[in-house]
Amino acid sequence: MKKSSFRNNPALVGLLASFTAIFLGLVFGFFMLGIFNPSFAGAGIVKILTKGLSSKEKFAKVLYQAAPLMMTGLSVGFAMKTGLFNIGGSGQYLIGTFCALLFGVVLKLPWYVCLLAAMLGGAFWGIFPGLFKALFNVNEVITAIMFNWIGLFLVNLAFSNTPTVLANYYGASVADRTANIEAANPSAVIPKLGMDKLFNSSYMNISFFVAMLVAATIYIIIDKTVFGYELKACGFNQKASIYAGINAKRNVVISMMIAGALAGLGGGIYYLCGTAQYTIEKVLPAMGFNGIPVALLANSNPIGIIFSALFISYIQVGGEALQPEYAKEIVDIIIACIIYLSALSVLMKGLITGLLREKGGNQKEVIEEAPLEETK
Amino acid sequence: MEENIIEMRHITKVFPGLVANDDVTIQLRRGEIHALLGENGAGKSTLMNVLFGLYTPEKGEIRKNGKTVVIKDPNDATALGIGMVHQHFQLVHNFTVLQNIILGAETVKGGFLQLAQARKKVADLSEKYGLKVNLDALIDDITVGMQQRVEILKMLYRDNEVLIFDEPTAMLTPQEINELMQIMKDLVAEGKSILFISHKLNEIMAVADRCTVLRKGKCIGTVNTAETTKEELSEMMVGRKVEFVVAKEDANPTDTVLEIKDLSVAGRRSTKKSVHDVSFKVHKGEIVCIAGIDGNGQSELVYALTGIMPAESGEIIFKDRDITKETIRNRNLDGIAHIPEDRHEYGLVLDYTLAENLVLKKYFMKDFQNRGFIDFPAVRKYADRLIEKYDIRSSQGALSVARSMSGGNQQKAIVAREIDYDPDLLIAVQPTRGMDVGAIEYIHRQIVKERDEGKAILLISLELDEVMNLSDRILVMFEGGIVGELDPKQTTVQELGLYMSGAKRNDMREAE
Ligand SMILES: Nc1ncnc2c1ncn2[C@@H]1O[C@H](COP(=O)(O)OP(=O)(O)OP(=O)(O)O)[C@@H](O)[C@H]1O
Ligand SMILES: [Mg+2]
Repeated sequence: MKKSSFRNNPALVGLLASFTAIFLGLVFGFFMLGIFNPSFAGAGIVKILTKGLSSKEKFAKVLYQAAPLMMTGLSVGFAMKTGLFNIGGSGQYLIGTFCALLFGVVLKLPWYVCLLAAMLGGAFWGIFPGLFKALFNVNEVITAIMFNWIGLFLVNLAFSNTPTVLANYYGASVADRTANIEAANPSAVIPKLGMDKLFNSSYMNISFFVAMLVAATIYIIIDKTVFGYELKACGFNQKASIYAGINAKRNVVISMMIAGALAGLGGGIYYLCGTAQYTIEKVLPAMGFNGIPVALLANSNPIGIIFSALFISYIQVGGEALQPEYAKEIVDIIIACIIYLSALSVLMKGLITGLLREKGGNQKEVIEEAPLEETK
Repeated sequence: MEENIIEMRHITKVFPGLVANDDVTIQLRRGEIHALLGENGAGKSTLMNVLFGLYTPEKGEIRKNGKTVVIKDPNDATALGIGMVHQHFQLVHNFTVLQNIILGAETVKGGFLQLAQARKKVADLSEKYGLKVNLDALIDDITVGMQQRVEILKMLYRDNEVLIFDEPTAMLTPQEINELMQIMKDLVAEGKSILFISHKLNEIMAVADRCTVLRKGKCIGTVNTAETTKEELSEMMVGRKVEFVVAKEDANPTDTVLEIKDLSVAGRRSTKKSVHDVSFKVHKGEIVCIAGIDGNGQSELVYALTGIMPAESGEIIFKDRDITKETIRNRNLDGIAHIPEDRHEYGLVLDYTLAENLVLKKYFMKDFQNRGFIDFPAVRKYADRLIEKYDIRSSQGALSVARSMSGGNQQKAIVAREIDYDPDLLIAVQPTRGMDVGAIEYIHRQIVKERDEGKAILLISLELDEVMNLSDRILVMFEGGIVGELDPKQTTVQELGLYMSGAKRNDMREAE
């Protein structure tokens, strides 16, 4: 904490820590590959590392997945900067999804209105953990987890009972998922601006750029504005912020709302691409939870989150290519291990600071060598 | 046997932008109390952190009993019998006293803690040195003085023979200070050796055998306290003569600025009221001091006045307006400034830079923002002005992270911010806590200057010297009530002490 002189360059230590964590994650992933199917381990790790850049189509897929990841990552990161842990990304993401599809498929509104609705939905879902924390001092983690499940079942219930949103209403044979949005309302599909032709992939659209824009906005809010100054002050030292006259309770609620809006927007972005349909299942979307490693890997820095989301999406695309040599579940395990190990940057930070200190100590020993021998 | 138990030779420690210790050599003799004196930011804590293994110096060596040793981290220091009580305590707040004492030095058998054994050892130690503590109390629930004793017990539990005290008395009441002085003498009599940092020259003269003075990272010299005076020491340290008593004219109180009527405040920890039915007035152009032994309701009174805690009943009238229910922000804007008692709890956002901390109450004002964006150049300029005016020293000026600053300079930053707020009422709680004599002199002058400009000042201090020197009127608080009003010119420290201990009281209430 207060040790090395490198301390004064936390950005550098943070970056170094992230890279070390990623490296260790990959080494661990390699071992996992070896355990499950030794003969393909070498080829497997190469696939994970190169697949995302192997073709235009694959790269498009990387960008496509990175956009919603970036949003849930920003959601976690933003809350973290203000001293809150938003583990409710999944729930907020789902409510965002619901609002986006309701506005797009049922109400036939254009994509930007749908995205706005997704944000508002997510923000609404963020209010609850914020409010409980501010008013009753209930830990936001507990409320957020509860609201993940409430959100999931509420959304499933609502979709099941809204026939006009389901796939079979638009001629498909199944009723367990939402409609193909291209068929239901093409104007709700996020524009591709011809990039789909360029990349030769229907996954390609402007969502990645929208997400980058949001990341930049969040960066500006946190680092440059009066509002960000207040939020960070609350995060660092709530008592001092109260002393300064900042309304800390209100800020807790607003922070969670913004975090919720970001996650909700993630849901909207993903399901308005025109390539995904929401399936009514009893599982929380991994996208929500994956925001946590994305944020941790980037030390909650909004610009860093752009890159960490890209990285994790890249690894995921690489992982998909491991089939059929590895079963789908095993691929999931391996990828999850890499992601979560990569997120141990906090641990790495401690290690690196320690190592740097050690180096300082060695220098000292050199100086001390002479007197040491004297005394012997 | 070697005369010096510890010898730090030619220590140089560099932080980016600053040489905190520049070729410092210091010898601690076996069985002595050795004081370390120096201005805020002179590098005392840094030097002790080097000895305790928290910092690795760029140059220099440490010898214990004449043998060169390498201290890479606090574990090495502990193994060598070196212990430290930090300027800002290092306790786990939701652990008990006993748990804190044994933390990191637990006796374990088959994976289980051997608490009974530890309890016995701690109890024996606390008996032997008169360090009274309740082993099962949570740190959160005990006073600062008791926390200090826990820190001392931590060192004794580890059988340390070299004890470092970094400003142990800054947070203590006069009574506790006397107790601590006695404990230190007992420890030395038992064969321990002590390094002692303090800004209070009286204490140094009273307990230390020798004193080493640092200035701007350099060692100025070591003197025997028996052969020197307070004046000489302070001149060595600051480089000029220091006045211990601030010169001031008689007060000219005019309009009432603050009027408190029958104010009661709930307790912070218990349900018992900590302030009950307190009434008094503060006028423009006077310094009113609330004296009292720590824990008699002064903190709660201040929190109610500043809005951090709600008032249970009664009224607070500020400039003819009832502000009892007003928000903190509005009270500030109305003209109340507040130097809080604990700089780390309320006073600073330690992870913000010095500049950001200096605008903690002004960041939203039109001078420092532009359509919702912080005007960083303006913040920087303002910070540089205060840094210059109040001589706030740090390694990277306005851009230093507050956490990296020395304790006294953190305090200066808060005082600078609050005085420069240009309030009508300045509530100053222990404003000079942790400052060197030169800085205290300057701050006292500033406070008197504010008074002369017609500001009202409410001073809360545990230090009787400060109370007697600075105030125009003293109100004594005892068990949540005001038990006396005294004129500092017509009272003595002894009489004040009687009021503070509740042995004497005069009825304050004016006939209605
Ligand atoms: N970790 C750090 N990083 C950068 N600068 C530091 C760090 N620790 C201390 N400093 C700087 O080194 C100088 C000496 O600090 P130190 O804490 O040793 O002062 P001190 O003599 O103990 O003062 P005080 O009486 O105020 O406690 C200060 O200017 C401080 O800003
Ligand atoms: Mg210090």
